[in-house]
Amino acid sequence: MTSQVEQASKDAGPADTAVPAGAKEVRRLDRVIIRFAGDSGDGMQLTGDRFTSETASFGNDLSTLPNFPAEIRAPAGTLPGVSSFQLHFADHDILTPGDAPNVLVAMNPAALKANIADVPRGAEIIVNTDEFSKRAMAKVGYAANPLEDGSLSAFNVHPVPLTTLTVEALKGYDLTRKEAGRSKNMFALGLLSWMYHRPTEGTEAFLRKKFAKKPEIAEANIVAFRAGWNFGETTEDFATSYEVAPATKAFPAGTYRNMSGNLALSYGLVAAGQQADLPLYLGSYPITPASDILHELSKHKNFGVRTFQAEDEIAGIGAALGAAFGGSLAVTTTSGPGVALKSETIGLAVSLELPLLVVDIQRGGPSTGLPTKTEQADLLQAMYGRNGEAPVPIVAPMTPGDCFTAALDAARIALTYRTPVFLLSDGYLANGSEPWRIPEADELPDLRTQFATGPNHTLDDGTEVFWPYKRDPQTLARPWAVPGTPGLEHRVGGIEKQDGTGNISYDPANHDHMVRTRQAKVDGVEVPPLEVDDPDGDSKVLVLGWGSTYGPITAAVRRIRRTGGHIAQAHVRYLNPFPANLGEVLAAYDKVIVPEMNLGQLATLLRARFLTDVESVTQVTGLPFKAEQLATVLKEAVDAH
Amino acid sequence: MPTEALSLVPKTDAKQTMKDFKSDQEVRWCPGCGDYAILAAVQGFLPELGLARENITFISGIGCSSRFPYYMNTYGMHSIHGRAPAIATGLATARRDLSVWVVTGDGDALSIGGNHLIHALRRNVNLKILLFNNRIYGLTKGQYSPTSEVGKITKSTPMGSLDAPFNPLSLALGAEASFVARTVDSDRQHLTSVLRAAAQHKGSALIEIYQNCNIFNDGAFEALKDKQLAQEAVIRLEHGEPIRFGAPWTEAEGGDGQGRKGVVRDRATGDLTVVDVSVDGTDGVLTHDAHAASPTTAFALSRLADNDTLHHTPIGLLRQVERPVYDDLMADQMDAAVEQKGKGDLSSLLAGSDTWTVVG
Repeated sequence: MTSQVEQASKDAGPADTAVPAGAKEVRRLDRVIIRFAGDSGDGMQLTGDRFTSETASFGNDLSTLPNFPAEIRAPAGTLPGVSSFQLHFADHDILTPGDAPNVLVAMNPAALKANIADVPRGAEIIVNTDEFSKRAMAKVGYAANPLEDGSLSAFNVHPVPLTTLTVEALKGYDLTRKEAGRSKNMFALGLLSWMYHRPTEGTEAFLRKKFAKKPEIAEANIVAFRAGWNFGETTEDFATSYEVAPATKAFPAGTYRNMSGNLALSYGLVAAGQQADLPLYLGSYPITPASDILHELSKHKNFGVRTFQAEDEIAGIGAALGAAFGGSLAVTTTSGPGVALKSETIGLAVSLELPLLVVDIQRGGPSTGLPTKTEQADLLQAMYGRNGEAPVPIVAPMTPGDCFTAALDAARIALTYRTPVFLLSDGYLANGSEPWRIPEADELPDLRTQFATGPNHTLDDGTEVFWPYKRDPQTLARPWAVPGTPGLEHRVGGIEKQDGTGNISYDPANHDHMVRTRQAKVDGVEVPPLEVDDPDGDSKVLVLGWGSTYGPITAAVRRIRRTGGHIAQAHVRYLNPFPANLGEVLAAYDKVIVPEMNLGQLATLLRARFLTDVESVTQVTGLPFKAEQLATVLKEAVDAH
Repeated sequence: MPTEALSLVPKTDAKQTMKDFKSDQEVRWCPGCGDYAILAAVQGFLPELGLARENITFISGIGCSSRFPYYMNTYGMHSIHGRAPAIATGLATARRDLSVWVVTGDGDALSIGGNHLIHALRRNVNLKILLFNNRIYGLTKGQYSPTSEVGKITKSTPMGSLDAPFNPLSLALGAEASFVARTVDSDRQHLTSVLRAAAQHKGSALIEIYQNCNIFNDGAFEALKDKQLAQEAVIRLEHGEPIRFGAPWTEAEGGDGQGRKGVVRDRATGDLTVVDVSVDGTDGVLTHDAHAASPTTAFALSRLADNDTLHHTPIGLLRQVERPVYDDLMADQMDAAVEQKGKGDLSSLLAGSDTWTVVG
């Protein structure tokens, strides 16, 4: 049972062996990667969530990767029906959910088969032997029992009859075998919780609350959970348990909680409404992986948040735009296919020059693509996917927790410049989670904005009038005059408007002026300069990313630096407009590598804008980059320069 | 709590006239277009509501009729094709202190925007929807529309259109609309009375206005406008009155001055049919009940018209019922949330319940 130690020490220094506690040995590890895998009906996401919560409350740094099929209940026991949840936790600062699991929990043959390729030799595999029937194995193409044919000899396999043990533990309860067997995921969770010294009170409290209306089910799950723990404690097969100390040094002082990207984004929107002192209005249509934001915001009506589940994507953004016209902080949330449908309305918002947040939780495309998998392939859609010259600022969060800050920042841009703004998250950020420092109220930006209250223009004859398209000379934003304001009645629309008055105008010179002005307004959006991390100051190679690749890229950069390689790193959070110093940064390096989960969309923008031949590194597997794989690519570049 | 239709909209003491509602923009519809009459009727009737002008908004889509907001001295938005009901839904639900009007056409509302129309109606959002139906595409220069009669020869259908048309009133009733009326551009008095009733209605109001496009579909509603032809064609609906039409039985003839035709329920099928009414008028003629809880009879009335000849076209208020208004329900939930949980506190939301502390 040294595999975990070796795995950990390879990246993060040697592990200690602690004094054995009682009969069983306790070892100290600095980090562990666990993957729970089972049928989509086995409750693997719940199991992973609970282990994550236990781990978060213990104080480890962590990063998660849920991975599940688009089907709610895919055919049982099949490879496409496998659902998994990977969790990486450590006593130090980590950035990704990890490349390869140290521990695989496989609830059935399909889960084993679908995941075994990712498991490094020497890793622990816990399998539910009850599910390894001939039929179940044949279903996924196992001719012989992999638990017996020696094909897993490179791993530390723990065959555990999880179902039988669970049913046995629940014998005194009035449950059928099938019902009792459903708690096997909690048995597995209990076992893993023992193995890694996780606190258990949180899970028990969670189960009591979740099944408050069915106390006997709550009790059964808790009994299964405890039985799993006790099994680890008593059985000889598990001789060692592991400690991963809290990551006390990894974080600045503060109060922390575990935070997923979609929750952070939802909270960022609520906070933006509060900080702007405007009612928040969400117009949305359910779509994976964005729906959780609609669900979350609909819980917060007591913050003055209105949520409107529209008849379609177009109505979702339409209602939001109508609310923006009326003075709300308006938001629409969607994923790539929804953005395609909303494009015309985004163009209208560009023309109306009203604040509007368009949240795109990107997923695999084109078309329906891979609804539950991640991708970054909507960048060009966000940038250019409209008719006419219709520039829209784009902000892309870098980590799950950063979705909070990014939402506030997108709101700042929308309100200051009276423009739609894209917030480009993705499935990996949305469902992944990490510890998040809870901000103090005074750390949040002041987003208050001024509605127009009176005339803003004097005609030649001295008359005071209101011109809806007379701009702020600094920001080029137009006044936001909301219905109900006397004397400022005006009409807006998608037809080209005369500069200043906002009246319909087909004048060629005016159109040219308006197109250029709208572009200048977006080009002039204030964004902070790009920060470059180049500790040695002499790197020849820069790796430049955007969005959710921050974690894997940073992990890869650390690996290179640990082995003495010199590499600079920068991450673009503002895709439109780019930070003013981006061109300079690119020019300062011999080689710029741009990893993206698309076929090179940022690279295309950089080449077009700066005439720089960046090297594009791309992956479109529906999964995030692995740090090791990126490190290999980066190292080649570093060694060559 | 349900509210009166306009009780949340601020009133003004200032005397308003039609002129107050005219914007400074030159009206650019074709000379002779039916839209002028509708614009004048709307501008002429709004002063009687006594609402603060700044709390009135007009939202439109795309098409000739959708230029309407530019000519109104209120807040307004000329949006994109078919989407006005969606945009207006956002505005009306966010701002219950506004009187929100949607101006749309047969192409805008029933073709590209059909989905938004039916959903606004089923939700019963507090919107007054003016559907200008000229049974043709005007702005794109004369293609057939979803209300055009079958076989219509147009630029896009040189051999005649193939599509069976929508009956907008049947559609609205099927979509659970709480207020459904039809009127005609040239009948200022009737148009005004329908606008008035719609303005006072709580929830969505769908008003189909037959509007003449004198360029691409001139005379489409002549059967309803020509005094002689109209006698046969128009069934004028008045709540609480027997549904009679046609040349009247005169007093000299011993009649009651009402039409010689009437609408009765066919006992065999339950459907409505038109019959000749005898001079004493005792033929079981149906009395119009616009407030009937069931939309069944209103639907049957909407089906009486012949799509080609326009004979037996009901004009007036088919249905007006009270049912919960979406904006009110949304506001109620927000109030209830505050009552149950207290006004939202950002710090405690962000803090959550599962936390740990790192000491520096």
